[in-house]
Amino acid sequence: MLELIPNQLGYPLLSLLILVPVAGSLILLFIRDAGLARIAGLAFSLVELALCVPLLVNFNPSLAHMQFGEVRPWIAAWNIQYKVGIDGISILFVALTALLTTISMIVSWRAITDRVREFMIALLFLETGMIGVFISLDLFLFYIFWESMLIPMYLLIGVWGGPNRLYATIKFFLYTLAGSVLMLVGILAVYQTAGHTFDVLAIMNYKFSYIFQLWVFAAFFLAFAIKVPMFPFHTWLPDAHVEAPTAGSIILAGILIKMGAYGFLRFSLPFFPDATLSAMPYIMWLSVFAIIYGAYMAFAQTDFKKLIAYSSVSHMGFVTLGIFALNSQGLEGGILQMLNHGVSTGALFLAVGIIYERTHTRMIADYGGIAAKVPIYATFLMIITLSSIGLPGTNGFVGEFPILLGAFQNFAPYAVIASIGIILGAGYMLWLYQRVAFGKITNPHNEDLTDMGIREIVAALPLVILVFVVGLYPNIAFRVMHASVSNLIQHVNAKAQTLPAVAQAISTAIGK
Amino acid sequence: MSSTVQEFMKFIAPIYPEAILITVGLSVLIFDLFIGKERKSYLGWYSLAGVLGAAILTYNMTGMSGAFFSGTFLLDPFSLFFKFVFYIACGLGILLSINYLKVEDIHRGEYYALMLFATSGMMLMASAGDLITLYLGLELMALSIYILAGFMRRDNRSNEAAIKYLVLGAFSSGIMLYGMSLLYGLTGTTNLAGILAFLQKADLANPVLFLAMIMLIVSFGFKVAAVPFHMWVPDVYEGAPTSVTAFMSAGPKVAGFAVLLRVFVYALQPLHAHSSAIIAGLAVLTMGVGNVLALSQTNIKRMLAYSSIAHAGYALVGLAAGTVDGASSVLLYVLIYALMNMGAFGIVIMLRKAGARGEEITDYAGLGKTNKMAAFLMLIFMFSLTGIPPTAGFVGKFYIFKAAVQANLVWLAVVGVLFSAVSAYFYLRVIMVMYMSEPQGKFELATAPSLAVALIVSVLAVVFIGVYPTDVLNYARASIAGLGLM
Repeated sequence: MLELIPNQLGYPLLSLLILVPVAGSLILLFIRDAGLARIAGLAFSLVELALCVPLLVNFNPSLAHMQFGEVRPWIAAWNIQYKVGIDGISILFVALTALLTTISMIVSWRAITDRVREFMIALLFLETGMIGVFISLDLFLFYIFWESMLIPMYLLIGVWGGPNRLYATIKFFLYTLAGSVLMLVGILAVYQTAGHTFDVLAIMNYKFSYIFQLWVFAAFFLAFAIKVPMFPFHTWLPDAHVEAPTAGSIILAGILIKMGAYGFLRFSLPFFPDATLSAMPYIMWLSVFAIIYGAYMAFAQTDFKKLIAYSSVSHMGFVTLGIFALNSQGLEGGILQMLNHGVSTGALFLAVGIIYERTHTRMIADYGGIAAKVPIYATFLMIITLSSIGLPGTNGFVGEFPILLGAFQNFAPYAVIASIGIILGAGYMLWLYQRVAFGKITNPHNEDLTDMGIREIVAALPLVILVFVVGLYPNIAFRVMHASVSNLIQHVNAKAQTLPAVAQAISTAIGK
Repeated sequence: MSSTVQEFMKFIAPIYPEAILITVGLSVLIFDLFIGKERKSYLGWYSLAGVLGAAILTYNMTGMSGAFFSGTFLLDPFSLFFKFVFYIACGLGILLSINYLKVEDIHRGEYYALMLFATSGMMLMASAGDLITLYLGLELMALSIYILAGFMRRDNRSNEAAIKYLVLGAFSSGIMLYGMSLLYGLTGTTNLAGILAFLQKADLANPVLFLAMIMLIVSFGFKVAAVPFHMWVPDVYEGAPTSVTAFMSAGPKVAGFAVLLRVFVYALQPLHAHSSAIIAGLAVLTMGVGNVLALSQTNIKRMLAYSSIAHAGYALVGLAAGTVDGASSVLLYVLIYALMNMGAFGIVIMLRKAGARGEEITDYAGLGKTNKMAAFLMLIFMFSLTGIPPTAGFVGKFYIFKAAVQANLVWLAVVGVLFSAVSAYFYLRVIMVMYMSEPQGKFELATAPSLAVALIVSVLAVVFIGVYPTDVLNYARASIAGLGLM
């Protein structure tokens, strides 16, 4: 059973994490100069990143409980509290959010010249929403953050995006909104049933009836599956990625789509264990299908960004495969893979952004042979490509391996088919790298490419370091999440004992 | 002599606020004769002062409750809540009008007088303890607004709006009177408390009773613009002067909900099982037709007209729930709706300049570049109308759907949230045009201090309620006391 350990730091760290970006965007309202706005935006994102240091230092990884807890009354009439806390799962995403937001600010330094101030405000507002989603322990509060992220993301794609941005951004918005509103009804039903409370920790301990679980699980599932995005709800992602500015793509791939998987971990599994077990085989098959399908689609892409977008569909398939394997290897691998995907896909979009700034084309065919001209860039792209493939020694390997292990324990064919996805992944990524970096320069525009500057190296370096640190010493992440994950598994197993015979029969018939 | 005056004053104490508005309205008509064309805005500020005065008087009545004038006039937290919403609608309406009337060159004193009369009519509706008072208030409101809708005498669309509204309005009044007379025939009283007392003991399986109920739903449905009684809305909203449209979309609609609540949740409470099913059906139709037809509109006033139909649908969901929470969610919703809708109309009014109508959605192209402030405010209002947190629109919808789930109307909540997702498309299109397309030539906005005040008030309220709804929510919940649900 999870508890909330009150914050003992003497200052409200989690509230500061929420408030600093808001304060930044309010102050930015009064800054007219574009250069100053860039500096102010970066400064606030750095403050946010600095706040993660005491967070990581003071976090006690041996406890599964929610730490740094803060509770304040908010809307008493509906029994809604401002309740925040952080555990071994969410802390990693908070840190990743702060890092990727800062990197997004740096890469946009020259890429964004139009309405710089508004861009910075949108990014900071988005950061508040993302951090809020990860630390909320009240469903109402969570939903507020979850939905309010849509506003800045909609604007980021729609205002600063590519030529077809209007279509992409409205598609993104409507897809996500349609999923979330059904989750809202689900949240209300949970509130109604679990004794008029939105308190996540209290709801975790409530046992819902099996039929109720199935319905509400479905409502939550839709919202999270669209966000992840799982096949067949993924069609908004390639469009959104292609049209989004580099910063938008990094945030979208790095954080936003992780929220769906995070939602499964934080809400679906502990709230509805029986429904989770019943749905498990279906979701596993969907994940496996997404892995293969995403990889297959990635092969066919001629657009750099679209290829990475489809590879995300494939990689997120691994994440959901790991999570719904419901054993410690699968879950821990899934969570680590979420982080890894955030790092490596964030870095891939960064790489695309860097080269796009110079050539203004995303077509793979327009490149070729650039390794000779831009060696630093080519090295960076190589490291990220290998990480994305999952080469041992990089972070990708230590994420995918436990997932396959977990899936294998659950039902061997999942792991076998998913492994094919890894091979395919190596295929399309190496082929991509070959077409971009090797060979002769076919496009005369690439003759006078300039290599990465200091600013771009500064943006890329933390990600490269993370690739190797996590790849060589994965315990750095496993150590933090371990207590929380084993608690989650215990919780699900303890609560799911009431699984009705019918459901067991179904899951046996389909899964094993 | 003086004691007679004193006695009279004491006698009319419960209707002081209404009396003030009527007096100010009448004096506006007189002052109008002596005020030159250039200074008509003084009348606007004077009327606004009247509204503020009435609001202060109403505020002092907090806690006062009882039935007056032989039970025809009720003072209870419920009616006071609605009166405040009417003050907001009327006050913002006046602020939106002052500059707009100049631009349209229809600045005449009667305008403000009619707004005040309409407002006092709405207040009478909210306080009605008797079907006759209810009808009187409704007609006072409706007649004033028929004239206001046609206030641009030389404009064909405005004339069409007035005629259409008048004819259909008269028709719905007829149906209402028919329903009321049937109800009177059955129960022997027009007093709402009396009707409730009768119905609690009566045999409810009476087809005539059912017929009376349906007639009341139809006629009130007309006032709140519920589908299928909404046909007048797009044309009237489009044709009427924009400031009147803004006022109309907030005032009479909210007043319609006041009487719907008073009649169906209070007086006809024993019939709840029947009325709830019908109202739930109307809610689905209203949300569906409003949101779907709004998708294809190119004129922003028409779009907001369909949007206002859709919002009536959401409020009907709360009414269908019929519980304490259902009723108070309607109260909260109409308040929030009035604020955000009038704010949105404020921006529409800003785009109306001499020589440019500014009513097409494409007229907003590039507003995010040419006028950042106006575009940003419109963005907030549009997100609020969509119901995206952290704006008030989300809080309103949340409460409505929460009440529906609580009343076991989960299916209705699901329909509601899905249509509200549909609505994102047409609200976002405005934002898209403002921020994501290039400006077509330079244009200046019709800014004025009065307009700025109205916009600042509404945007602050929308954001504040969105972030910290506690106080307003508690107030709405406490205001249900008079309905006898607690």
